[in-house]
Amino acid sequence: MKKIKLSNASALFEKIAETRNLYVPTKCEHSVEFKKFGEGELTYDYVNSGRSVKDFYFPQSENIVDFKVDGKNIEILPSVEEDLDEKYVVFGVRACDAASTKILDRVFLTDPVDSFYKTRRENGIIVSLACTRPAETCFCTAFGIDPTEPDADACAWISGDYLYIECNSDKANELCAAIDSVCEDADASELTETKNNTKKILDKLPLADLPLDKISDKELKELFYSDKWLHMSEACLGCGTCTYVCPTCQCYDIREFDTGHGVKRFRCWDSCMYSDFTKMAHGNPRLTQTERFRQRFMHKLVYYPNNNEGIFGCVGCGRCVASCPVSKNIAGVIRELAKGGKAE
Amino acid sequence: MIQNDTLIPMLGVVTDIRIDTPDVKTFRVVSADGKGKCFEHMPGQCAMLSIPGVGEAMFSITSSPTNTEYMEFSIKKCGCLTNWLHLMDVGQQITIRGPYGNAFPVDTALKGQDLLFIAGGIGLAPLRSVINYCRHYRDRYGKIDIVYGSRSMDDLVDYKEIIDEWMNEAGVDVHLTIDRPQDGWDGHVGFVPSYVKELEFPTNKTVLLCGPPIMIKFTLQGLMEMGFSKTQVFTTMELKMKCGVGKCGRCNIGDKYVCKDGPVFRCDELGELPDEY
Repeated sequence: MKKIKLSNASALFEKIAETRNLYVPTKCEHSVEFKKFGEGELTYDYVNSGRSVKDFYFPQSENIVDFKVDGKNIEILPSVEEDLDEKYVVFGVRACDAASTKILDRVFLTDPVDSFYKTRRENGIIVSLACTRPAETCFCTAFGIDPTEPDADACAWISGDYLYIECNSDKANELCAAIDSVCEDADASELTETKNNTKKILDKLPLADLPLDKISDKELKELFYSDKWLHMSEACLGCGTCTYVCPTCQCYDIREFDTGHGVKRFRCWDSCMYSDFTKMAHGNPRLTQTERFRQRFMHKLVYYPNNNEGIFGCVGCGRCVASCPVSKNIAGVIRELAKGGKAE
Repeated sequence: MIQNDTLIPMLGVVTDIRIDTPDVKTFRVVSADGKGKCFEHMPGQCAMLSIPGVGEAMFSITSSPTNTEYMEFSIKKCGCLTNWLHLMDVGQQITIRGPYGNAFPVDTALKGQDLLFIAGGIGLAPLRSVINYCRHYRDRYGKIDIVYGSRSMDDLVDYKEIIDEWMNEAGVDVHLTIDRPQDGWDGHVGFVPSYVKELEFPTNKTVLLCGPPIMIKFTLQGLMEMGFSKTQVFTTMELKMKCGVGKCGRCNIGDKYVCKDGPVFRCDELGELPDEY
């Protein structure tokens, strides 16, 4: 473990930025977002980034292939996404988002591997930053995530006047030279007090004790046919905000754009909350918002775990809690389903 | 630059278009260089066909893998892309990727069994691949019965092949039916589910069932009443798909993805899943 005075941390960032594009938490108008180092005001004062880290390897929209059409003939052309081969480091990722990468990896890196995702994932080094003041919307601990010990390629902590950093993966070894050149040696014990203070806050968080075991105990069909979905979903606007801010939402659409010179095909985020998500020529299996609402939560709480050794498809980042315009969120759904019984 | 990914298609060319019914055409597709099939498949598997600028959708491969020269797709006109496909001419290039999904268990559960194929309307498209596969490897399977029904005699897909080949083959019995009486039709009239019951098949057969959801539902119900078990019945599903590899997140029934875990399901396995299809 190494450390550097916070007041001198830019020396470390400058070193890292010499070899890779470095993204750091940057003050924006309404949120803190990852922006290129030096292109805005760096801040450590944030609960979480507004947009999740998935932007880096599962961008909202990416060109996957192009076509030229000439009469009956078609030419297939590889897409040119300039940032696909960008070597980058993203610093300041919270433990929840760091955990979300593992959840998405299980989707995109299982056979057949998604080459676009894989390329972007391999090109990036994720440096997490431990939380020191988790918010009331946070519930990562319910999913076994320790925000004081984030799991990523490299981890950083802020304690007192220092920024601490430790490399955990072979990938992060590339950063060691930069770190060693400007940092001094440190010992993990120097962080104990800071971590303990954070844990005291974590213990008091209102959503920390979600009864997830009661969800795991129930059968798929029992939860699917629960009569609580109607009541829970009644206020849902189907706006899809929860899916866009979610670090684990993976659903995508494939769309085309005719440029006048050819056709560009894109893969872009989609939302199971939208009415046309499953609409076909012969009908729609999820006709109302209740079915779409149920799909989103069944996917994260039952379907994904069933296919992934019991791991839930949620990391408790709390973005959906903070952003849903009608105050619906996965924490409320977990509590309601865990109660069992009839709708109240 | 990424040139190889399951989402990136290859080129195919349409070499023949057969008009089967007023709203179904069968398209013959070979690789763009004209030298054979775009890829190998097993009966029941699907492929993503696309016309850039129009759309991309999943279709079952209706030809048998034993056909070494080309693939065929029987496609009903019912939306933007299918309408475009129906308007195109021979020589049109298309994009194709696949094969996707599992297949009918032709080398395991179906082997050595008496087979009962039940199809309604365009539901014959995926079954035709299996039927012709089983006809090709005739000695691997027992007796073959095919019950096929449509709205009218004009709506029977592959009618010529059925009359000329299937009906004349030893060990294959074809039972056709249409929904309503029609001039020039002296065959059976009535819906598929009731016809299946009338035919009083022995219950030791393995059933392959495909058609509109309502026909599947009533036929399955009838088969249960006749004494068949759900473990003897295989069907094939269709839901909205974009990726074909279980990642885009929309074709799931419960925790199974139709594109990857299906489209072929044994009916008892399907019964374990929520009724959302």
